[in-house]
Amino acid sequence: MTKKTGAEILWECLVREGVEVVFGLPGGAIMPVYDAMLYYPVHHVLVRHEQGAAHMADGYARASGKVGVAMTTSGPGATNLVTGIATAMMDSSPIVCITGQVHAHLIGGDAFQETDVTGITLPITKHNFLVTSADEIAEVVREAFYIARSGRPGPVLIDFCKNAQVEEAEFSYPEEISLPGYKPPDHAPLEDLESAVELIEGSERPVILAGHGVLMSNATDALRIFATKTQTPVAMTLLGLGSLPASDPLSLGMMGMHGEAYCNLAIQNADLLLAFGMRFDDRVTANLRTYAPRARKIHVEIDPSEVHKNVEVDVPLVGDLNTVLTDLIPLVDEYDHEEWLGEIEEWRAESQARDILTWPDDGKLYTAHVIRNIWQATNGEAILTTGVGQHQMWSAQYYCLEKPNRLITSGGAGTMGFGLPATIGAWFAQPDQEVWLVDGDGSFQMTQAELSTALQEGANIKIAIMNNRFLGMVRQWQEFFFESRYSGTPLSCPDFVKIGEAHGIPGRRVTETNEVVPAIEFARQTDGPVLLEFLVEKEEAVYPMVPTGADLDKMIRRPIRKQPTAAD
Amino acid sequence: MQITLIALVENKPGVLNRVASLFRRRNFNIESLNVGRTERPDVSRMTIVLDNGTVDARKVEANLYKLVNVIDVQDVTNQPAVTRDLALIKVSATSDQRAEIANLVSIFRARIVDMAPDSVIVEITGTEDKIEGLVELLRPLGILEMVRTGQVAMMRGTASGVRYAPGANGNQVFEKVVG
Repeated sequence: MTKKTGAEILWECLVREGVEVVFGLPGGAIMPVYDAMLYYPVHHVLVRHEQGAAHMADGYARASGKVGVAMTTSGPGATNLVTGIATAMMDSSPIVCITGQVHAHLIGGDAFQETDVTGITLPITKHNFLVTSADEIAEVVREAFYIARSGRPGPVLIDFCKNAQVEEAEFSYPEEISLPGYKPPDHAPLEDLESAVELIEGSERPVILAGHGVLMSNATDALRIFATKTQTPVAMTLLGLGSLPASDPLSLGMMGMHGEAYCNLAIQNADLLLAFGMRFDDRVTANLRTYAPRARKIHVEIDPSEVHKNVEVDVPLVGDLNTVLTDLIPLVDEYDHEEWLGEIEEWRAESQARDILTWPDDGKLYTAHVIRNIWQATNGEAILTTGVGQHQMWSAQYYCLEKPNRLITSGGAGTMGFGLPATIGAWFAQPDQEVWLVDGDGSFQMTQAELSTALQEGANIKIAIMNNRFLGMVRQWQEFFFESRYSGTPLSCPDFVKIGEAHGIPGRRVTETNEVVPAIEFARQTDGPVLLEFLVEKEEAVYPMVPTGADLDKMIRRPIRKQPTAAD
Repeated sequence: MQITLIALVENKPGVLNRVASLFRRRNFNIESLNVGRTERPDVSRMTIVLDNGTVDARKVEANLYKLVNVIDVQDVTNQPAVTRDLALIKVSATSDQRAEIANLVSIFRARIVDMAPDSVIVEITGTEDKIEGLVELLRPLGILEMVRTGQVAMMRGTASGVRYAPGANGNQVFEKVVG
């Protein structure tokens, strides 16, 4: 046994957890930790605002499957993390946040930069810890990482008192962890599996609802095998996109408020829903009273509190999705469901007639077209990060994913400003892959300070800003539901290309359709960060749209545009 | 109608806050919540009584298991359990009312634990119904103060309460978990 300071023990443990990069910003209450960091093989990314640190850790976690780490000082440094932690909580993203705290003996005395951070983050973390002495830190770090990544993943916060950072303690790495109240479920009971098999046998119109859990449980292979064997079409949530390749004939694409019409119709007309690692969020169910009215429901879910939360189900299978599906596959028979799939194909054809991609070129620049061009240029294989709003929904609709873990976006929390920092985090996780950010002019401005982080780190990220001079999604709601009274949504924007240039980041502004592809190629051929600004149509809407509270199949559809004729 | 749950939690600072915060966040309405030590120094025991107008026991149990420090949860509503509440009731009492109070107290097997010139303190232990019964009879005399501990509950013999949440710790016997 050797004596080390609390700060050194922290780094010893982080290195043993496989941490290679930490996103943070130092300050008084975390300085001993920053001082000790210099002696450990960990790369520190200096953010410009702590919210960026949490989003970077989140983007890193989603792109790597590992735990992302954010580090800040006490008080405002810690409270600036809050939005990022809540975002990670809603999307079950495994991050560990380490915040400095004032000396233990000062706690409760309103010391300089003292804030009750464990209190503030209690409802938005999976768990949190207050460390008041150096001999606690090793065990706490071990437990924090285990809790963050196991079961249903989520954010964990460690509030580390300054005295505990400088005090010395005997260090031995804890091999065992003792969490008597924490046992994530694994297999589902056999009798429950048998009940599920019975429902599957009796079904003629089944639909799989694939959520984020499919990706987090590494269950994409099991999903494909199950869906193919039973010929069950697969609808995906926003965060579940990539669960099944978009080109798979069984893929129905995205469900919900801005989901494909044929996908929502399939759900509403199903006689069995198989919900895999998803939580029946209001954005995917719409009106709960009329949701999938004829469907029995099987819910495979690792968090028992999600079962029956929004939708009463017939058979809950609580366990790890990959384990449960692997157990289930040999128990089910092969089916063809020809009639049902044929019916869905008819709906699909009708949807395609309304698709903006089938519109003839009218000389206008549409976000959907730009995203489709990025998709074509990158072969659909880039990691695509987004902000929140219209551009996010168009990204989900038109950047069709062939592989898992490619779309990094804030789903449950809908956090504008998530995009740029999450992109930087994703690049650190996958530096050899092409990483694109599709952002909106509103979202981007919330965290654009991180451009200077991207510059400092030489992050090879490609930024595409869809500038419609509006907070577009709110404007769309105003158009549909508030008689086009555009209250607080018109947005004056700076010259984004010049902002890029001010950071030493090359860029191009695109206003014409024929400039789109060359600009994308310019970005791809240029090493390091590039910023493209697309001046897109101002008042285009995302279709289809299910208004809040409406039935899932009562969608506002894109009007069918007639092909131009000689008379036009 | 009320539901009564027994939760075993790790005896660590802040666990009560976590439970209370969870109930507030999920909009569960607490009727009473009692926390105390157990036969094991590392485990605390909560008896939680909720109004089930908006929530059922299964949902509360599943949510409690989201807390890392919660070891075991059982639903003892309508189960063979002993439930007790303790109340101290300060009643306005002149010397000629004391006999009436003493009479009521003995019928309810309560006790007078303090006597002042113009008041007495009655201590009663029992089920909620029994305490409510005495309170109603004492009310006309003038209740000056009342304090109640909230319910505590324990299953009779070797019986155990209902554990719902499939796959959570509810599937495991307490001894196996804490062991």
